[in-house]
Amino acid sequence: MQDVVLALLVKEPSHGYELRQRLAAALGPLGESLNAGQVYVTLTRLEKAGLVVAEREDVPVRGPRRKVYALTAAGQERVAAWMAEGAGPRPDVTEFHLKLVAAAESGAADPLALVDARRRELMRTLAETQRAALDHGAHARAGLLLEGISLRLQADLRWLEACERTWSGRARRGEGGGAG
Amino acid sequence: MIRGGFARGNGQAATARTAAGPALRTVGVSRRYGEEAGAVWAVDRLDLDVPAGQTLAVTGPSGCGKSTLLQLLGGLDRPTEGEVWLGGRRIDGLGERALARLRRRAVGFVFQAYHLMHELSAAQNVELPALLAGASPRTARARAAELLDRVGLADRARHLPSELSGGQRQRVAVARALVNEPLVVLADEPTGNLDSAATYDILRLFGELRAAGQTLVVVTHDERVAATADRVVSLRDGALADDIRLDGHGTGLAGEGSDDGSGRPGPGHDDGGGSGLGAMLAWED
Ligand SMILES: Nc1ncnc2c1ncn2[C@@H]1O[C@H](COP(=O)(O)OP(=O)(O)O)[C@@H](O)[C@H]1O
Ligand SMILES: [Mg+2]
Repeated sequence: MQDVVLALLVKEPSHGYELRQRLAAALGPLGESLNAGQVYVTLTRLEKAGLVVAEREDVPVRGPRRKVYALTAAGQERVAAWMAEGAGPRPDVTEFHLKLVAAAESGAADPLALVDARRRELMRTLAETQRAALDHGAHARAGLLLEGISLRLQADLRWLEACERTWSGRARRGEGGGAG
Repeated sequence: MIRGGFARGNGQAATARTAAGPALRTVGVSRRYGEEAGAVWAVDRLDLDVPAGQTLAVTGPSGCGKSTLLQLLGGLDRPTEGEVWLGGRRIDGLGERALARLRRRAVGFVFQAYHLMHELSAAQNVELPALLAGASPRTARARAAELLDRVGLADRARHLPSELSGGQRQRVAVARALVNEPLVVLADEPTGNLDSAATYDILRLFGELRAAGQTLVVVTHDERVAATADRVVSLRDGALADDIRLDGHGTGLAGEGSDDGSGRPGPGHDDGGGSGLGAMLAWED
């Protein structure tokens, strides 16, 4: 999230409140789960890391003088690097894969049960995503976000099918093979 | 596909109606194709209840028995073993004509390949099952017009299927499935030939049916379609492998979570637990 907040400051300095509004608008229905504290905590950390500077507004429009956050040179660099880098492998895929292997090898859990549980979890999230997409279809940008989330969940679900095939095949061969 | 003359001793007696119950029910239902060494149990001792008003998605790998199950549920095929109940009535022992009449009145089918009559207009395709069920031409026309309007095709009523896009054809097929106000709508891969936009049109339509309390069973391998159902069952080798509730919470299988078996909130209600979608917003600093 630090990267997102930094990127939102590239064009011009901004208040924390305004940043949160922009984030919430960009996130559409997801923005509801974004609380104000998260943005301020992130900004404080970015400030400590020297990636942003905070200054008091000289002339408040109304109310108290609020802090305006601006990118430092280091902050600019970090945004550029973030823009250039790929998303990388999804760590949860690796983690889940290792979990299945460990479950099978240790006998601590049935890999197929883990696959089923994960599928339920993904299906529920996909169900929420689809409902949100059907409800918010008119808001093009938020719809685009939901489409991206939906496609990733579908990819995860398809990958789980492959996991299921593999692990059920092993279970069956294991059973059929007798002692061994 | 439809096999006649299944001699079932208790067939007639078992068609007694029950006052209330699931819209669809199977009890130990099996369907075998082929004989002896070459026999395939496409559906294998399957028990399933579909409450009235539920939207059920049936998923699973190719060849796991989804289409066979749907045909058994809709009386297009008969089980080798077990019982099939539709609207409180046992249908697996019905005679050919009774079954055909029941299908016409109580079941609306939607297929992947639309199955529209090429030489009939959209409106005529929708009217046809109403006419076959005994509606007057006037009534059939009025219902077709209303349904085509509902699926957003009022201005395409006179078009032939060949003049419509795939998504439009499938919406005509949905209108046709609804024309006799069926007890259940059964759809087999309804979005299998459709692009993303047309899939969403169908999903919106199904969403409206769901809100209207229409019982709907959709066979699909599209996760997006499954995710808009109240409940998703997965088949493996003709048997139930999993049963997921998406309306309230919990699954139909025992031993899943503490939320299972408690009073469920109404359909379409957000589950009380942590939001999965919210969790997609992984805010870290
Ligand atoms: N008419 C038929 N004759 C023989 N075997 C069939 C027939 N229909 C389906 N099967 C077999 O039954 C199994 C289940 O098929 P089906 O219900 O079409 O699966 P799905 O719809 O899940 O792909 C498959 O092994 C298929 O080959
Ligand atoms: Mg099929």
